[in-house]
Amino acid sequence: MVPQDLRYTKDHEWVRIEGDMATVGITDYAAEQLGDIVFVELPELGRSVTQFTAVGVIESVKAVSDLFAPVSGEVVESNAELSDAPEMLNSDPYGKGWMLRLKLADLSQADALMDATAYEALTAEA
Amino acid sequence: MAQSHDAPLATPLADRHAARGARMVEFGGWLMPLQYTGILEEHRAVRTRAGVFDLSHMGELFVEGPDAAAALAHALTSDPAGLAVGRAHYSMICFPEGGILDDLIIYRLGDERFMVVANASNAGAVSDALTERLEGYRVILDDRSLATGLVALQGPRSAGVLAPLTDIALDELRYYAIADGNVAGVPALVARTGYTGEDGFEVFVDVAAAGTVWDAIFDAGAGAGVVPVGLGARDTLRLEAGMPLYGNELGRDTTPFEAGLGRVVKLDKPGDFVGRAALEKAHAEGPRKKLVGLVVRGRGIARHGYEVFAGDRRTGTVTSGTLSPTLGEPIAMAYVTPSDAEPGTIVSVGIRDQRVPAQVVPLPFYRRPV
Repeated sequence: MVPQDLRYTKDHEWVRIEGDMATVGITDYAAEQLGDIVFVELPELGRSVTQFTAVGVIESVKAVSDLFAPVSGEVVESNAELSDAPEMLNSDPYGKGWMLRLKLADLSQADALMDATAYEALTAEA
Repeated sequence: MAQSHDAPLATPLADRHAARGARMVEFGGWLMPLQYTGILEEHRAVRTRAGVFDLSHMGELFVEGPDAAAALAHALTSDPAGLAVGRAHYSMICFPEGGILDDLIIYRLGDERFMVVANASNAGAVSDALTERLEGYRVILDDRSLATGLVALQGPRSAGVLAPLTDIALDELRYYAIADGNVAGVPALVARTGYTGEDGFEVFVDVAAAGTVWDAIFDAGAGAGVVPVGLGARDTLRLEAGMPLYGNELGRDTTPFEAGLGRVVKLDKPGDFVGRAALEKAHAEGPRKKLVGLVVRGRGIARHGYEVFAGDRRTGTVTSGTLSPTLGEPIAMAYVTPSDAEPGTIVSVGIRDQRVPAQVVPLPFYRRPV
């Protein structure tokens, strides 16, 4: 079961929408697939990011993968604690492992993302 | 267009891996466990306790006959004639042009009997090359790769776990030695070899008996904290130990000298061997590149294929890299221009759009406490 109050992308990221703010992370499924995460590179504050473009990097012991912006907007906060404790992405991906807060450029983009039911169907196929 | 693709082979322990929830991956034509609980946890278990590996994908080639030692001396870079019965050494099989076809361990099982252990992905090529190179010698090549199961037990607690299961006196079995006996009631060859930088054993058995040995080791090792270990941790363990991997550090475009393994090329052994002329020339001319250890002194992990720079000049390429679970810093192996290979040299690695500083360090990164 994934949290029901979040939106999801096919890149296995989650988004929590509160007003015009979006909190972004990766799903438990993504963390599980990546394995032990040892390094995270996040975009600088103030940067404008475009939906579905690479804005950061997640490295596990085994592989490197991109973090995509699930929605367009401005980076207003990033989780500095991940620098010293990237393993929180594995242990608590929906909580302490949050990665970014974005100020949404276009609220309708968030509505177009998958809901929990659709995302669970996606991971069930995988 | 649909691609035809042979289905990967399953090892005799496939059901054990499934039961333990392993994530499986195709490697060298085999379906192998990548990890069970996680690479870091499995890595640390081998460094501090002991871990069990299914290595049944490796190739086991038996060479037997009155000319066995001379035939292998002709086929390989090392001199198996100099091995005592019951001992082993690391070796290479090279192309006539001097590049590496595979790296091998050669075990002398008797005066006229050897076991050659090859990498899974090269087992067929090694078998073919040996078939060709042994022609004219009084030897038989018996490729028992598919008939042989291989279970490795690696880590400081290995001897304590294995000893009650075997009639072989493990305290008399030296590093790079092999003995014939029983493990868990099953006929086995037990070698004190491995690919982790720890003390440990490799147990070669008939493919039908691999499950018996695997289960017995876990039963005996439950109190010692023995865990199963997949290929993911096998890679980080061997990298910390500075051991090369075929396809990363070793390949057709690399000579043993460049890989820092000139010690296994016995240019002073009698007789010709395949690759001798090319290797003598390469030795005389000196290497075009040298394998070095790197510790990244910035943020990011240097991975296979990343470029290495000395100042603005491209000096080489990363062959393997990871975050060292033991050291807690990013380590890598790379080929660089020989003039940049001195330990202490500061180079940089192109990690995405940045040049991250790294320092050349001596290999290995990790040596087990004596």
